[in-house]
Amino acid sequence: MTPVVTLTNVNKVFGGGGRPQTVALKDINLQIEPREFISLIGPSGCGKSTLLRTIADLVPPSSGEVVVNGKSAHQARLNREYGMVFQAPVLFEWRTVLHNVELPLEIMGVPKKEREQRAREMLKLVELQGFERHYPWQLSGGMQQRVAIARALAFRPQLLLMDEPFGALDELTRERMNAELLRIWHETKTTVVFVTHSIPEAVFLSTRVVVMSARPGRITAIIPIDLPYPRDVETRESPRFFELVTEVREALRRGEERMA
Amino acid sequence: MTMAQSPAQTLARYAPQITVFVAVVIAWEVIVRALNIPRFLLPAPSVIVAALIATFGTVIESAWYTLRNALLGFLIGCGAGIAVALATARWATVREGLLPVAIAVNSIPIIAFAPITNNWFGSNNPLSKVAIVVLITFFPTMINTVRGLTLVEPAKLELMRSYAVSELVVLTKVRIPNALPYVFNAFKVCSALSLIGAIVAEYFGGPRKSLGVYILQEAQLFRFDNAWAAIIIASVLGIAFYLVVLAAERKLIPWHVSVD
Ligand SMILES: Nc1ncnc2c1ncn2[C@@H]1O[C@H](COP(=O)(O)OP(=O)(O)OP(=O)(O)O)[C@@H](O)[C@H]1O
Ligand SMILES: [Mg+2]
Repeated sequence: MTPVVTLTNVNKVFGGGGRPQTVALKDINLQIEPREFISLIGPSGCGKSTLLRTIADLVPPSSGEVVVNGKSAHQARLNREYGMVFQAPVLFEWRTVLHNVELPLEIMGVPKKEREQRAREMLKLVELQGFERHYPWQLSGGMQQRVAIARALAFRPQLLLMDEPFGALDELTRERMNAELLRIWHETKTTVVFVTHSIPEAVFLSTRVVVMSARPGRITAIIPIDLPYPRDVETRESPRFFELVTEVREALRRGEERMA
Repeated sequence: MTMAQSPAQTLARYAPQITVFVAVVIAWEVIVRALNIPRFLLPAPSVIVAALIATFGTVIESAWYTLRNALLGFLIGCGAGIAVALATARWATVREGLLPVAIAVNSIPIIAFAPITNNWFGSNNPLSKVAIVVLITFFPTMINTVRGLTLVEPAKLELMRSYAVSELVVLTKVRIPNALPYVFNAFKVCSALSLIGAIVAEYFGGPRKSLGVYILQEAQLFRFDNAWAAIIIASVLGIAFYLVVLAAERKLIPWHVSVD
């Protein structure tokens, strides 16, 4: 099977030409197979969002190659082969919650009835039924972010790029959302690239955790997660879970030490 | 998202404004009488009301002529402003060349051209007044609309980029809705400007039955109570026009939070 994402020697330098330079990505090599769930974890400013954006063809790499589903990232974007959840919700304040979720379906020409039905389903999934007619500014930050997740899921992309989607949620909602996301991932056979700052979240969700370090942004470790499925509340309390959490934490620390 | 209000609630809501208005009118009456202020300086409200009743037919006839010019000018000026803004939204170079010029023109007192347009069309021709109103309303509308079309949150454009949509879709789904509050702000400013423009242009010459000429002549004939009665009608028209724009804004963009 062709990998979903292949990053080969990807570098990204921001600035230059008079402005200060930032090496956001340095020699990134990563291959993501179909139906994997990859978490990116690392200190703030290490280039996680930038990495996601290069996969999405929203920023061009300075050098190196990004291949998505066997084509250039550019072609994959034109084919609408991925759905993205940005770090900020990015909702349209003139659209109700329901119409925000319908946006990608509208763009893709899904008939009105089906569009609405699917949007309602997605809102139920993120526990927002009853808020269809609200406007974004009438929701809390975490609720807005869940609308953005529903919107990304609505058109059932085969590749989901998610940038700290649950960052604004309380611990218990977050755990419920994690379980829900795992279920969706399992049912829809999608591939997920997921940015997070939470080590337990990364371990609970992922097939592999990619650890990054900052300045320059590099991959310092890739940790396979061998927790059995289905993963549930008991998984979070199992000894193996704690071992893996410790392993990721130590990898993160080693990355920071190397920086210092 | 205001709830429907009963008349009593509406009255209660506007109680402060009504109280202030009534207090000002009473104070005006009392002060004018107590200090024996001569009529040509400031007539008492009761005197103005009496003059208004006596001259109502003439004043309304004159006001209708002026209001027609103001409305027609407003429609043409604002319409053209929006049309030009939409056209330049497509071509960044045209926009960047045009905008500074438009801002410069907008800061000159266009009303000073009134004698010129009077000369062009003839001061008894309504077009001479309509032209001034068109000029006065065109620039703020165009400038504001261009701002609304271009000052879009970059994240929204990035989201649309991830959907790989054409510029036309970005225009209809993002730029135009984003511009609506800006356009309505322009309408609010222009509703006042258009009446001011139409009346002041008439001060430089116009038919006998127009608000500007009427106010000017009554003042020259020392019939200040009549002049004041006409000014009251002009004010009522101005406020009514503004309120109509405000109502349209609430109806058409209910999602806009800063509606005041
Ligand atoms: N458009 C840009 N122009 C210039 N520099 C940028 C730009 N985007 C990101 N950077 C820089 O690249 C580096 C990586 O940024 P990025 O947003 O990818 O970090 P991150 O890992 O997502 O951080 P966080 O966890 O805080 O979201 C930062 O040093 C940032 O300053
Ligand atoms: Mg980030």
